[in-house]
Amino acid sequence: MKTIGVRRERRKTSWVGRLLTVHGIAGYLFLYLPIVVLVVFSFNASRYASAWRGFTLDWYVSMLQDQALASAVKNTLIVAGSSTLISTVFGTMVALAMERYRFRGKLAFDALLYLPIIIPDIAMAVMLLLFFILARLRLGLVTIIISHVAFNISFVAVVVRARLAYFDMSLEEAAQDLYADEWQTFWRVTLPLIMPGILGGALMAFTLSIDDFVITFFTSGPGSTTLPLRIYSLVKLGVTPEINALSSLMLLISMALVMLSLLLQKGGGGGIEIV
Amino acid sequence: MSEQAVQLNRVSKKFGSVVAVNDVSLSIADGEFFSLLGPSGCGKTTTLRLIAGFELPTRGEVYIGQDLQGETPPYRRPVNTVFQNYALFPHMTISRNVGFGLEMRKLPRDEIQRRVSEALDMVQLPGMGERKPSQLSGGQQQRVALARALVNQPKVLLLDEPLGALDLKLRKAMQLELKALQHRIGITFVYVTHDQEEALTMSDRIAVMNGGRVLQIGTPEEIYERPANRFVADFIGETNFLEGQVTAGRPGEATVQVEDSLTIPVSADKAVGKRDVVTVAIRPEKISLHAEPPDDRAVAGVIEEVIYTGTDTRYLVRIGEQTIVTVRQQNVGVGEGASFLKGASIYLHWRLQSARLLTA
Ligand SMILES: Nc1ncnc2c1ncn2[C@@H]1O[C@H](COP(=O)(O)OP(=O)(O)O)[C@@H](O)[C@H]1O
Ligand SMILES: [Mg+2]
Repeated sequence: MKTIGVRRERRKTSWVGRLLTVHGIAGYLFLYLPIVVLVVFSFNASRYASAWRGFTLDWYVSMLQDQALASAVKNTLIVAGSSTLISTVFGTMVALAMERYRFRGKLAFDALLYLPIIIPDIAMAVMLLLFFILARLRLGLVTIIISHVAFNISFVAVVVRARLAYFDMSLEEAAQDLYADEWQTFWRVTLPLIMPGILGGALMAFTLSIDDFVITFFTSGPGSTTLPLRIYSLVKLGVTPEINALSSLMLLISMALVMLSLLLQKGGGGGIEIV
Repeated sequence: MSEQAVQLNRVSKKFGSVVAVNDVSLSIADGEFFSLLGPSGCGKTTTLRLIAGFELPTRGEVYIGQDLQGETPPYRRPVNTVFQNYALFPHMTISRNVGFGLEMRKLPRDEIQRRVSEALDMVQLPGMGERKPSQLSGGQQQRVALARALVNQPKVLLLDEPLGALDLKLRKAMQLELKALQHRIGITFVYVTHDQEEALTMSDRIAVMNGGRVLQIGTPEEIYERPANRFVADFIGETNFLEGQVTAGRPGEATVQVEDSLTIPVSADKAVGKRDVVTVAIRPEKISLHAEPPDDRAVAGVIEEVIYTGTDTRYLVRIGEQTIVTVRQQNVGVGEGASFLKGASIYLHWRLQSARLLTA
């Protein structure tokens, strides 16, 4: 009796299992097929996406020689670099404050910290634009950087807090027991131990900044075109193989950064000695 | 033993409504091995942290040497701590860990190097300096924590259950080693443990704590032989407690009626009055068993249970109608079995001073 029951049960699950597998594969195809097509066509010798005419790196070469594109890359790096630096410093400070101190309205601050992660980009973009207009700031690289800092602080703070949650407070006490004052304790013990989290957060911020379109679009001005904005204006004239090449390259860089970020957050268990 | 190393003067510490340390006063002499002993949650760690400066007293004063500490931060106190979980810095090598305190005190590099390697020799970990803490066993990490504290030559070393995470055999070995080390270097140790055997083995003096209070301070022998109250007698070793009423008392000796037909002789340090309700404490190993009554103070009983435990045999003996006492006899001979069998009628005897009257 028992064996029969078990067998029937197994047959049912295997039928359901097969259906789920098919669904899974379909889902992944849906997600990644466009990306594969994009990457493949960036190496296509034909200018038109209709057929495969053999392998070439021409599009990558011509992309690298494009002056307007070069300036967009420069802007992107300036924005990503400075917004990452600023948001990493402030995000880390926010995380330390949230994790270490109890203060009135902490819960509200906690919720507010997650807000930039949750609210739609478009809402954030409109808000920032309104703010800049009210503040009479001229739209340009500076306003883009401020906007990127605005959302990146949250991401950095969340990543660093995750690291701090596992922080063994007795290590700081041990340092103070061994004659290190608060400042020395921070530099010699706390910071090195949360460094993997900080670097992970910074890489994440950098990646988000490079990729951002909506918020950048709303807060940019003349002469401050970043890479995603440039690609968008090119695409409006039709998808060229150079754009495929460019997108593939950005895909590669983003993926590498995210991987590195995750690796740092997971590993680096021992911390990183600074001084 | 001339100067005092640590003094607590009516110290209390509250966490919100919890009174972790309640009106504790103690004075620890220079070079002493002093233990804080008590069950979990009785305030031992908090007391230690008050000395180290990680907590500030709600009330009372902490002195280290002759100096009132007040709000002196931990990094300005001449004490070092061996933490319960060792708290080694995981991102530094063993050498950097051990040298951390000296580095913070800005000692010259070559002196740091020399003292670190001396300290590692002292705890029998020579040549381990380049490893990371995660590459060491628990016992080795424990030694590093000890070296990291001792290398600073503190006035007082504070240890919070330092052997708690080690297995029994290693713990026993480390107890003796720590004691020998303390004797050799002459630094005052304040040692927190909940293990009464450990405290008895290692300490010059012990403070027994419960519920944030110090119940008794004394040498291991005083604590064991002359417990101040029922809690101490119960916590340290094994004790038979008999409750009854004093029927006769003269200086030094009294008789206590435990049951209608059972009276026992006890010693009385303090004056006791007739009809006082008292508790009598008798250690199981202080009672001897006899086939014939050795004198007129012997108490008759019947053996209810015989339990062989290796080093000794425990007898559960019924005296009177329903009073059961535990008696322990060392197994001196080999393969002789128990001296008395279950159901045997025997006589219990103890020296007068072994049966102590307790007040609380
Ligand atoms: N930081 C703290 N906040 C609140 N309560 C605490 C704190 N530290 C200790 N306590 C409480 O104080 C009491 C004594 O704790 P502790 O000194 O750690 O005891 P022990 O070391 O003897 O086990 C316990 O009831 C504990 O819960
Ligand atoms: Mg404790």
